[in-house]
Amino acid sequence: MIGKLSLKNLAGKPGRTAAMVLLAMFLSFSIFAGSLTVLSLQQGLNGLEARLGADIIVVPYEATTKFDVKSMLLQGNPGYFYLNRSFADKVATRPGVEATSCQLYLASVSAGCCSVAVQLIGFDPESDFTILPWAQETYHGEIGFGDVLVGSDISVPTDGVLRFFDVDCRVVAQLAKTGSALDTAVYANMETIQALIEASQAKGLNQYNDISADEVVSSVLVRVAEGYDVESVKNDINLHVRKVVAVRASNMISTIADNLTGVSRLIGAFIAAIWVLSLVIMMIALTMLMNERRREFAILRVMGASRRKLAGLVMAESALTNLLGGAAGVALAALVVFPFSGVIEARLGLPFVLPGGGRVLALALGSLAACLAAGAAISAVCAARISRIDTSLILREGN
Amino acid sequence: MLRAEGISKNYYRKRDGSNVFTAVQPTDFELPEGQVTEITGRSGSGKSTLLNLLAGLLAPSTGKVWLDDADLYALPDGALSRLRNRRVGVIPQGQSGLHSLTVLENVLLPARLYGRGPVPEARARQLLERMGIADLADVRPGDLSGGEMRRMAIARALILEPSVVLADEPTGDLDDGNTAAVLELLRDTARQGAAVLLVTHEAGAARYADAVYRMDSGRLTRE
Repeated sequence: MIGKLSLKNLAGKPGRTAAMVLLAMFLSFSIFAGSLTVLSLQQGLNGLEARLGADIIVVPYEATTKFDVKSMLLQGNPGYFYLNRSFADKVATRPGVEATSCQLYLASVSAGCCSVAVQLIGFDPESDFTILPWAQETYHGEIGFGDVLVGSDISVPTDGVLRFFDVDCRVVAQLAKTGSALDTAVYANMETIQALIEASQAKGLNQYNDISADEVVSSVLVRVAEGYDVESVKNDINLHVRKVVAVRASNMISTIADNLTGVSRLIGAFIAAIWVLSLVIMMIALTMLMNERRREFAILRVMGASRRKLAGLVMAESALTNLLGGAAGVALAALVVFPFSGVIEARLGLPFVLPGGGRVLALALGSLAACLAAGAAISAVCAARISRIDTSLILREGN
Repeated sequence: MLRAEGISKNYYRKRDGSNVFTAVQPTDFELPEGQVTEITGRSGSGKSTLLNLLAGLLAPSTGKVWLDDADLYALPDGALSRLRNRRVGVIPQGQSGLHSLTVLENVLLPARLYGRGPVPEARARQLLERMGIADLADVRPGDLSGGEMRRMAIARALILEPSVVLADEPTGDLDDGNTAAVLELLRDTARQGAAVLLVTHEAGAARYADAVYRMDSGRLTRE
């Protein structure tokens, strides 16, 4: 009976009900949209860390003025600088260096896949320890001549062939999303890259006419052996290998992590502010409502409703409005965050990867539960007040 | 049936108890079944306070209220509320419609509070008919006049055929015809075995009463 009466009370006062639903909607929207954004940013950073895969990145000294890992990762701007392969060999012999893998950066002018030039990155599948583990989530085969791995944001034609400088390249795998510029890069082995360099030179589109994938690289990725201090190995490379600069990969993404922490704190503060405000408004609104409905509760007492039943009525009405508002808030947040994740990513300038369906569902349910719990706590206070009403006094009021 | 032993009600205007207002002086009182008992008196004389004490809605400062063998104020709230729901029909002062329900739903509400079985809709319609508001069954209280709402409250108090009916100014807002109809209905209710208390200013109500009391400054005397 209490459930039916609650429904009728809510339906009978649509304005009052709408206001309470709206407050609950604010609560669940803020917590779901905010936490989903923070989680997506965290996931983006984690993915980026994992994809970087190296402890140290070595680039030519001259590159330090034009090379910024953050801009490379987030804006897809790797820069064009080259280093003789012999330096890579020198780096590989330094103590504490467990493995090295070279990469060569080349920009395509355009490709059928993309509206802008994509980054072509050459790597050596034999020595690679960053790209292949990433690719192995979807592909376990060989990376042969003409084969390319493409980032998640690259649009792959139905025939699986992308054309760069009139060279057909077969897409063998699409890599998992990182939320960074790595998602718009195309990876190929050095043979393929060499063919692309030659094709670009033939077309007069390459400003670096003299480069050869056999002789130069753009960066050397270093994995430090266990037991060695990454900082010490980096310092050793900087000290003993001339014309190069070694940078710790973790330092490179620390700026991104710092930005993420800042944004997360801002979002957290925003959520807290909305919650405090909404809860205070909800408390005031419910208190006013309960005062307005004192006579209604007194009449129910006259009919034989126990204090517990009155509390149940208040709690049921609150649960219904919070459930409705909470669900609407979650749905609205989903409608904002999912379709506009690209815009959010661009605005924040941070890697943004939406979590999987299971985690989103858990987050949605958690947000709804938080909204219901907050509403229930406030209603419980009001219900406790209602249970103390002096029925006889209220019945005489206004007579 | 319903009887009060030495009940009184004091209100303390100051926390230290130095200023006491006695709304009901210590009183023994009984509502016999099958009878209409009327209490008259000026406004503020303590009539409604006594009615609320008898209804289990206001704990007395002293004394006890018994409904058959049940000491009302010794019962936990849940049991007292259920007892009031099943056995006591209270017609409160003033407007007492729940605005989210229709007239018929308002009348049936006491039956639905604890009942899981079928609701006595036929009786509800019969009572509405008797009160002259049958055609308003699907209307919400907000659309009723004061008198119509009053009659709805009377029908609601009688829906579960209570053994005790406590009516506080049931004929307020009513014209002569409806006043007579209400008093006649309460008389019939007593005839069917209920103990009926009628708190009223209505001059002609005594004609329907088996016993008449007068309340003056909280003191109850039989006339």
